[in-house]
Amino acid sequence: MSLRADQEIICDWIESGSQVLDLGCGDGTLLRHMMDHHQVAGYGLELDDHNILSCLENGIQVIQSDLDHGLSEYFDDDSFDYVIMSLTLQAMNYPDQLLDEMLRVGKQGIITFPNFGHWKNRWQLMFGGKMPVTKTLPNTWYNTPNIHLCTVSDFEALCQQKGIRILERTVVDHQHRKAALLKLAPNLLGETAIYRFERLPYHA
Amino acid sequence: MPQESQKEIPENSVGVVTPETLHFDQPLALECGVTLPAYDLIVETYGTLNQEKNNAILVCHALSGNHHLAGYHSTKDRKPGWWETAIGPGKAIDTNRFFVIGINNLGGCDGSTGPTSINPETGKPWGPDFPLVTVEDWVHSQARLADRLGIDQWAAVVGGSLGGMQALQWSISYPERLRHTVVIAAAPKLTAQNIAFNEVARQAIRTDPEFFEGRYQEQDVLPERGLKLARMLGHITYLSDEAMGKKFGRELREGQINYSFDVEFQIESYLRYQANAFVGKFDANTYLRMTKALDYFDPAGKHDNDLSTALRNTTADFCVISFTSDWRFSPARSKELVRALLDNDLKVSYAEVTANQGHDAFLMAIPHYLNIFSAYMERVARDGGLQ
Repeated sequence: MSLRADQEIICDWIESGSQVLDLGCGDGTLLRHMMDHHQVAGYGLELDDHNILSCLENGIQVIQSDLDHGLSEYFDDDSFDYVIMSLTLQAMNYPDQLLDEMLRVGKQGIITFPNFGHWKNRWQLMFGGKMPVTKTLPNTWYNTPNIHLCTVSDFEALCQQKGIRILERTVVDHQHRKAALLKLAPNLLGETAIYRFERLPYHA
Repeated sequence: MPQESQKEIPENSVGVVTPETLHFDQPLALECGVTLPAYDLIVETYGTLNQEKNNAILVCHALSGNHHLAGYHSTKDRKPGWWETAIGPGKAIDTNRFFVIGINNLGGCDGSTGPTSINPETGKPWGPDFPLVTVEDWVHSQARLADRLGIDQWAAVVGGSLGGMQALQWSISYPERLRHTVVIAAAPKLTAQNIAFNEVARQAIRTDPEFFEGRYQEQDVLPERGLKLARMLGHITYLSDEAMGKKFGRELREGQINYSFDVEFQIESYLRYQANAFVGKFDANTYLRMTKALDYFDPAGKHDNDLSTALRNTTADFCVISFTSDWRFSPARSKELVRALLDNDLKVSYAEVTANQGHDAFLMAIPHYLNIFSAYMERVARDGGLQ
């Protein structure tokens, strides 16, 4: 079970021994890794049957649940140190509401998403005139689960609007590189964006 | 207890098994205020209790279940125990690795002390005088059984439906005596609708002219009609509309409407068959008591209706499983339990299995369900170092 580039960065960011909620935890690889190497405790939320089974086999605590129904069914305010959502935001019906939920139940949120502003996507749309199909976004427009794609700029604008303070940001390409060039023009060169953030105090 | 298996018995069955009756002399104070001076519990076991005595699994039964979980009582038995799908060598509850115990609950009618047993004080069957036992009473009696067998801590207590309620109660009454709790198709308490169904079933039995205020055994009769109606009603609620539609639809037994009250639709035939099979196998006074135990179960009730508080001393890990089409114990009821477990920061996993079989799904060989169940039991074994 090797980690994806964005998952490796998440592991670098979290403090050992923290309480974590992983939204859309997939087969539980990230949580398992964090439990084994970072003394993390927590739960995964996942909808897919096969992933639920994999999570149980991986020995993580998983709750079968539809994130589009929010988190209020299960969690009180401030239950976790981190609420993580890796490569899942773009597949949600209400990504903005889920952001609020993340910061309700967690002190900090960590999100990773495929950056639609990446030059390959721009190139394909600009010169091919078609919805991009890339390694990061391999589906065609009609069968993609990614119904709410956004760019680095879009996400940061939403955070600003919601009073969310971005604590850390990085972008990577699919070869796990985060070279200096990426830092220069993240919205153009980053394939996957990774953010750690918290709610600004007193923001309703 | 498994003996040499015969050819016709599948290899992944525990084979031919023989139950055993254990007598308990120490009086048991019941919640209702009555004290049972002594009682018998009939049990069936599969697999081998290891030296450390840490591989024992208690499987609690539902309303009409008993101690006969798996295998056959003789090679002539047509049907195996009620949870043959889940218990046996290589199955979810793997008898190669776990020592599994099935027990007929107090008040039952399959060998443990209950309404059909002789009341030593009168020399007559207990009948309606047998006290109303609760889930908590059962758990206490099961703990005595564990004491007898030298089992300090169960690797897991497992149950579906009313059995799941007992598993949950174990985690509350004896938190240090179990490592894992598996609660399947259950609820932390019944809804008004559920109690209503139980009351109709009870009324069917108690208004049967041959009920004789519960003393039918002394009259050498059975409230057959009442018990049949109760069972028919039960079966309707154990299946989903979809499953019933798929299985029977509006199919007619003779291919045409006969304008009579005989069996015409296949569903009528099914219900009557189930009802007839139940009478003679199950005692009406036991049925009344089992439904009451269901109605009364409400661990939150003793804690200002706060389930999270009721679970505050619980330490066991949980696996909670529900089925999408189960409307008797719907997924929403399982989620209430999951929420309360999460409130207590307990280790819990929850799976909502897509299945159209209704409440009965927990007894069925649904591949995804059994895979989930197996994966969790694998964890139970791993945690206990039982590889």
